[in-house]
Amino acid sequence: MDHFSQGNINYPPQPRSDAFSDPTTQTLNPIVVGSSVLAIKYKDGVMLAADTLASFGSLARFRDCERLYRVGDFTVLGASGDISDFQYTTHLLDTLVVEEYYTNDGHVLKPPNIYEYLSRLTYGKRNKFDPLLNSYVIGGFDGGEGFLGYVGHLGTSYQSSTIATGIGAHIAQPILRKVVEGRENTITEEEAIQVLEDCEKILYCRDGRSLNYYQRAKITAQGVEISGPHKVEGDWQYGVKFGKYGNFK
Amino acid sequence: MSSIGTGVEYAAKAVDNSGTAIGLRVKDGIVLAVEKLLQSKLLVPISNRLIQTVDTHIGVATAGLLADGRHIINRARDEAESFRNNYRIQIPGKVIADRVGQYVQAYTLYSSVRPFGSSAIIGAVDNEGPQLYMIEPSGVYWGYYGCAIGKGKQVAKTEIEKLNLSELCVRDAVNAAAKIIYTVHDDSKDKAFELELSWITNETKRHEFVPREIAEEAERLAKDSLNEEMEDD
Amino acid sequence: MKPGEVNLGTSLMAVTFKGGIVIGADTRTTSGPYIVNRVTDKLTPIHDRIFACRSGSAADTQAIADIVRLYSEMYSVNFGEDPTIRTAAALFHDICYQNKNALSAGIIVAGWDKYEGGSVYCIPLGGSLHKQPFATAGSGSTYVYGYCDKNFRENMTQQEAVDFVKNGIALSISRDGSSGGCIRIATITEAGVDKIFIPGDQVPTFWNKS
Repeated sequence: MDHFSQGNINYPPQPRSDAFSDPTTQTLNPIVVGSSVLAIKYKDGVMLAADTLASFGSLARFRDCERLYRVGDFTVLGASGDISDFQYTTHLLDTLVVEEYYTNDGHVLKPPNIYEYLSRLTYGKRNKFDPLLNSYVIGGFDGGEGFLGYVGHLGTSYQSSTIATGIGAHIAQPILRKVVEGRENTITEEEAIQVLEDCEKILYCRDGRSLNYYQRAKITAQGVEISGPHKVEGDWQYGVKFGKYGNFK
Repeated sequence: MSSIGTGVEYAAKAVDNSGTAIGLRVKDGIVLAVEKLLQSKLLVPISNRLIQTVDTHIGVATAGLLADGRHIINRARDEAESFRNNYRIQIPGKVIADRVGQYVQAYTLYSSVRPFGSSAIIGAVDNEGPQLYMIEPSGVYWGYYGCAIGKGKQVAKTEIEKLNLSELCVRDAVNAAAKIIYTVHDDSKDKAFELELSWITNETKRHEFVPREIAEEAERLAKDSLNEEMEDD
Repeated sequence: MKPGEVNLGTSLMAVTFKGGIVIGADTRTTSGPYIVNRVTDKLTPIHDRIFACRSGSAADTQAIADIVRLYSEMYSVNFGEDPTIRTAAALFHDICYQNKNALSAGIIVAGWDKYEGGSVYCIPLGGSLHKQPFATAGSGSTYVYGYCDKNFRENMTQQEAVDFVKNGIALSISRDGSSGGCIRIATITEAGVDKIFIPGDQVPTFWNKS
C-alpha cells in the first residue's frame, strides 16, 4: 500500500507502477480528415477555399463534406484536420452566437472575437492533453477591412494576408504570397477567384487527399457568401507525350 | 379548491399590479407587447427589458417582479441550450413551456423558497408553427391564441377577443398589440410607460424586436385611434 | 480491437428512396477468423421508424444502441412525439464523439420522420456525423464503393432500392472474409417497417469461374 501517494517533503510522490500507470492521453490521431484550406485578403475583404472531401485514411469516404462554416454575420470558419473535432467546434460557436443574441444590444460576434476564442479553446484543450486536431482559418470582415487569422491545434495563432493549411502550406502558400503580398488592397474579386482556383487545381494534381470539387467563401462589407461546390478542370494532355519512365517522346 | 397559503396568491398579486403584457398568436407568427411602467424619469430608455430572447426562435415577455422575471428567463435559456446540445434541434414551444412550468411550480413546494412574483408569456415558432404559452406563478401553464397579464389584463383580453387572430398577419398584429397596450394604459393613474414590441415570423423564425420605424408607426396609429375615440365621446 | 474481442466485421448499406429508406446487412460476427454467430441481426431497432446498423465491436455498439434506444423512448414519452432521425443520430454521435478513445463503433442511423421523410446518417470511427443520400460501412464496404457509386440514383422506387442494397451486400460478402452468412434487409416508410430475410443459400451470386 502506498501511504504517501500525495507525497511529502521526505517522500516525494513516486510514479505508479500498477496496471493504470500509463499516462492518461486523449485522442492524438485524427480519423476522418479534411485536407487544405486556402485563404487570402483582397480588395473587398477575404476569400477562402476548401475542397469538400473528408478522407478516411486513403479512402475518399465523404465527398460532400462542407469545411467552410458561417459563424454569425461576418465570419467564416474553415478547417482542415479531424472532422469530428471541427463539428464539435462549430456547435460550440453556434451556441456562442445564440448566447450573444440573447443580449439584444446590437453587438454580434466579430471575426477577431471568434479568432481569440478559438485560440483560447485550442490552447486550453491541448493543456488537458486533449487537443482539437484541426487547423482553423478564420476569415471575416470587420471595421471596414478584411480579417484573416490562423489557429493551430496547440493554440498557436497568427494573422496574415495569405493562409494555407495542410499540404497547401507547402504547395499553395508560396503562390498565394507571390500574388497577394503588398497588393491586398488592389486585388479584384476576379483575380482572387483565379488564384484560389489555380491553387485548388495544383492541389488536386499533387495532393493525394484532395478532391476536384471545392467551396469558396467570400466575406465583404455585404456579409458572407459561400458558393460551390465548384469543379476544378484539370489539364492532363501532357500525359500523351509522357513516355517510358518520363522520357518525352 | 382551497390553499394552505404557499404564497402563490401574493405572487399573483405582484403580477396583477404590474404593467400589462400581452401575446398574440396569429396566422404567420407571434407578437409580444409589454407596457413597461417607468419607475423613474432618470432611467436610460430601453433599459430593463421585459421582453427577452431565450433562443433564436423563442421570446419571453414577463410581468411582475423584474428580477424574478429575469431569473425565469435565465432558466428558460438554460433549458433551450441543453435541449439543443442533447438533441441538436431547437426546443419546441410546448417543451420549453413545460420545462419552465415545472421549474416555476417547484418554487411553490418548499419552505426555503418563495414562488416567483412573475408571470411569463412564451412565444415560439417551431416545426408546428407559432406557439404561445403563459405560465403563472403557481406553475400552471396553458397554450393560447392570445393572452394578457398585469394590471390591464381584463380590458386587454376583451380587446384581444375582438381580433380575428387566425386571419391576422404579424404586421397587422403589431399595430393591434400596440393599440391594446395604449388602450389599457391609464394616463391619469399610471406612471409613464415605454412600449416594448417584439415578433417572431414563420418566415424568419427569429425572435427580434420590431424594427423602430414599424414600432413607431404602430404607436402613432395607436395614439391616433385613441384620440379619435376620445373625440367621438 | 483487443485480442478475443467479438467483431462485427461487417457489410452495411443504407439508402434513401422516394418514400423512405432501405437498410441492409450481412449476418456474420467473428472473433479473429472464427465465426461466433452466422445469423446475427445487425439492424437494430431504435424507435418505431428508426434503425441503427452496427459495425465494429459488438459489445460497444450493442451498449451504445441500448442507451440511444432508452433515450429515444424517453424522448417520445416526455415530448409526445417521435424523435427525428436527426435527433437519434445526434444521440449516437454524442456518445461516439465523447468516448472516441474507448469505442470502436461505425454506425449508420436511418429511418423515416414526418419532417424530413427518409434520411440516412453515418457516424464513422472518430464520431463525426454525416448526412448522406446513401451510406455504406463496415469492413466489407470498401469492396463495393465502386458498385454503389455506379448504381446509386436518387429517388429510386422501393423495389429498386431493395435490389440495390441486396446486390451490394451480396457483392461485399463475396469478397470480404469478415462478412458473410445471410442478408437482412429492412424498409422503413411512413407505413412502418418491413423486414426481409435472405438465407445464405439464396444470396445472389455474380461472376464466378467455377
